[in-house]
Amino acid sequence: MQSPESAISCRQAWKLFGSDPRKYLASISSQHTYTDISGDGYIAAVRDVSLDINQGEMLVIMGLSGSGKSTLVRCLSRLIDVTGGSVFVEGQDLAELSERDLIELRRSKMGMVFQSFGLLPYRTVLENVAFPLEMRGQDRHARRERAMEVIKLVGLDGREDYFPRELSGGQQQRVGIARSLAIEPDIWFLDEPFSALDPLIRREMQDEFLRLQEMLAKSIVFITHDFDEALRLADRIAIMKDGAVEQCDTPDKIVLSPATEYVAKFTEDVDKARVVHARVLAMPIGEDDATGAPVDGDRTVRELARQLLEETREKIPVADRHGELIGAIRRSEALNVLFGGEK
Amino acid sequence: MSIASAEKSIGAITFDDVRVGQLIVAVAAAIALLRFQLPDFLVRPPDWLVWPFADWINFVFVFLKDDLGFIHVTRSIASVVEWFLDVTGNLLYGRNRWPRIGPLPWTTVAVTAAVIGYALNGWRLSLLCGGTFVWIALMGQWKWAMETLSVIVVAAPVSAILGVVLGIAAWRRKTVEKILNPLLNIAQSLPHFAYMIPVVVFIGVGPKAGAIVTMIFAMPPMIRMTLLGMKKVPPEIVESGKMCGSSSWQLLRHVRVPTARTEILLGVNQVIMQCLAMVVLASFIGMPGLGQKLLQLLQALKIGRSLEIGITIVLIAVMLDRCSKAWVVKQPKHFERGTPWHVRYRILVAWAALAVATFALSLLWPLADEIPRRHALTVSKEADLLVDWFVRLVDPLTQWLRGFLIRFVFIPMRDAYLWLPFISVLAFWAGLGWMVGKWRSALVCLGYFGLIAMSGWWDRAMITAYMITFSVFIAVALGLPLGIWASRSERRARFVLLVCDTAQTFPSFIYLIPVVMLFGVNDVAAIGAVITFALVPFTRYTIEGLKDTPPELVEASSMSGASAWQQLWKVRFPMALPTIAVGFNQTIMFSLFMVIIAAFIGTQDLGQEMQKALSSTDVGKGLVLGLCVAFMGLMADHLIIRWSDSRKKALGLE
Repeated sequence: MQSPESAISCRQAWKLFGSDPRKYLASISSQHTYTDISGDGYIAAVRDVSLDINQGEMLVIMGLSGSGKSTLVRCLSRLIDVTGGSVFVEGQDLAELSERDLIELRRSKMGMVFQSFGLLPYRTVLENVAFPLEMRGQDRHARRERAMEVIKLVGLDGREDYFPRELSGGQQQRVGIARSLAIEPDIWFLDEPFSALDPLIRREMQDEFLRLQEMLAKSIVFITHDFDEALRLADRIAIMKDGAVEQCDTPDKIVLSPATEYVAKFTEDVDKARVVHARVLAMPIGEDDATGAPVDGDRTVRELARQLLEETREKIPVADRHGELIGAIRRSEALNVLFGGEK
Repeated sequence: MSIASAEKSIGAITFDDVRVGQLIVAVAAAIALLRFQLPDFLVRPPDWLVWPFADWINFVFVFLKDDLGFIHVTRSIASVVEWFLDVTGNLLYGRNRWPRIGPLPWTTVAVTAAVIGYALNGWRLSLLCGGTFVWIALMGQWKWAMETLSVIVVAAPVSAILGVVLGIAAWRRKTVEKILNPLLNIAQSLPHFAYMIPVVVFIGVGPKAGAIVTMIFAMPPMIRMTLLGMKKVPPEIVESGKMCGSSSWQLLRHVRVPTARTEILLGVNQVIMQCLAMVVLASFIGMPGLGQKLLQLLQALKIGRSLEIGITIVLIAVMLDRCSKAWVVKQPKHFERGTPWHVRYRILVAWAALAVATFALSLLWPLADEIPRRHALTVSKEADLLVDWFVRLVDPLTQWLRGFLIRFVFIPMRDAYLWLPFISVLAFWAGLGWMVGKWRSALVCLGYFGLIAMSGWWDRAMITAYMITFSVFIAVALGLPLGIWASRSERRARFVLLVCDTAQTFPSFIYLIPVVMLFGVNDVAAIGAVITFALVPFTRYTIEGLKDTPPELVEASSMSGASAWQQLWKVRFPMALPTIAVGFNQTIMFSLFMVIIAAFIGTQDLGQEMQKALSSTDVGKGLVLGLCVAFMGLMADHLIIRWSDSRKKALGLE
């Protein structure tokens, strides 16, 4: 059913809106396109999606508005029920959980951040952050202590008595993040958390977010409509269109070999050299070819640009972060990535 | 061509439907012209058409009351209410009941009000609140005002809580909403008196009956606002609550209700204002207090004294309105860490100190405890003199106006309305209905007015209808130019809107004082009161409609070289028309309410019959009359709102 290392796995999930979606879904095959379905008076918000989110991995779901990404994340957290297929969270089928078990799961394992923050306007920062703890019945003192911890973690200490409306947008989202972290969730959903912020703040929040993830190593589902944001943050990206996943892969692979024309359109204007890492270009080493000092596989082609230009070897060995050789890159290929070679 | 087809697709009214409607109206006119050739049963509703609704209602009420023993239930509810009234009565005016510590010194009550005002919105509101109570005490009206307030203090919270509970029930269960919605529609268009008669039957007369009728009357807006607020809670907030692991009760208690705070508090504001309006009118069923005093003084034509009471009622109304509205917009503010508690709670501390001080003062100095009648100020003599002088000054004008209106307008108009064959009136409304909403609306209009014909009160209803027509016509004729004038500048608009807002908070009873002063007790005074009362919403909506024209349209028309006049008639006015129509609708509603209240200064319409039903506690008759009034209002509401909505859609305003 589910590979042991995945935190969430989603099997042929469907979400249809319309008069009798279950019956309709039973009557169609998975070959039905979005237009076929809407011709029958139904909206296919999520169409036959199968995904796995591994433990400690950040999966970014990218898509334009109306592509079904927000619906998908709500299916994964069972804010809405799937019409067909199933979602497993740590081995449990979400659809089979009772209301009580579902609440229990949310109280112990899940956290979610919302695009428009979803803060309760008549509670202070502290009360907002402590809200999930209050819901599971922790006593006031323990609540306060834990809430202060996460408030500090997101850099809002000193503001805990403020009300949401007294904070800037970026600060409000920090409260949202703190609240979602208060119960120490294993799974973290973020639904376009930075989209409502202006570009400079967005950038700052992304850095902040990467810092937190480094520290906490949660399993993350991150929704965005911003391709650059996806590239910056993701371990893997799932690109959605009309409710279906077009491609799900690492950022490197997506920019190097887009699976469909739709995905290619996104990658066209991307500076691939900033995305592609040396380890991805590395090919198995033969006996003779790669000699000399290896380069760090975790560096992007852009970061290696100077070295690549000055390099005399055609094949350059690549090492992982422990110094083990993992392969070699072809200089010409790397330069193609750097300058955009002939197709 | 494409526009026409687009309109068809959204179900808008097409040219042909308007034609059909016009045709029906033309037929109605033709029938009216042929009156003398018509058989009698088409002129007056014939006996077989008049159903004994009143008897049926009475039968049901007797069955409920005696056979089912419902009266014991209502009596025991009433005794609970009475216990609360005893407590507030003891505290505020020293009723000899538990806890027997009252009456509180007037100075203590006044500083308490002032502190509440300060806490809600600073010094100005504080002055208004404190000042109101100082005025009441100085004018020697303390006991009456406290009798009135002691009921509001009980009725408003009960009404608000029940309203919130029912509103949440309606939000949770679609069926409850479906049942409540038509009931609320009728409840909100029933005249005040219609509520009183059943209460008199089940509870009796006096303060507890007044309190209970007030609670029932004030509840509908609370239910509506709660439902609206619950529906408006943003889905993301609900989702965030769910993801925090809230159970459905926690979600309601901690997430939905607090987020709907604004709407719920607006509902509370409406509840309080409705309570005040009703508690003043409840004097008709023996509720003591300001209303009863005003009623007696007005009937005795003691204008000066009734003006004094009128001012008190107005002050209380404005105070309650400002306070509850300030509560709506009040936002929580945080204190810096380390703020000592006497700073955090400085208002509470100040109140405690002032209360203790005034208490001590009242022990030392009796006048700070209670101002007896002989020490009270009064301006009634001076006011009477002034009023006399003024009335005598304008007497030639009012005399002439009165004579002219009665002889040349009211009597001919009334006779004309009574002359109309009922069948042609029904056809006329059906035709108008067809114009705004095809056969569906035609049937709705026919249904409402048909029931009036079947009620047996056709003639009385036509008299009410003529008074409404005339009052609304004059209100529009005055309100439209006033609204246009006011909307020409931001400052004027703000000023007139402020006046309208304030005037709208006055209990309807107040409007009778000036007209009785000018015209005495007769039809002209009644219609004068109706006009004044109905003018307020119309002016208000006219200003708002004209002011809210999208600015880019105004700029575009300026750049197209429109003169101010052209801009008004070609751009602003058409865009404002749907909003003005809503104002027109309220004008009709307000007129209906007022015309019934004004009955006690002498009219011969449904209101007068309602008064009779009230004094003989005839539930059936009272409710039938009330429903006649409600149906007129609901029909007008249906026609106007349908038209306004389709117009708004066509203009892309919504």
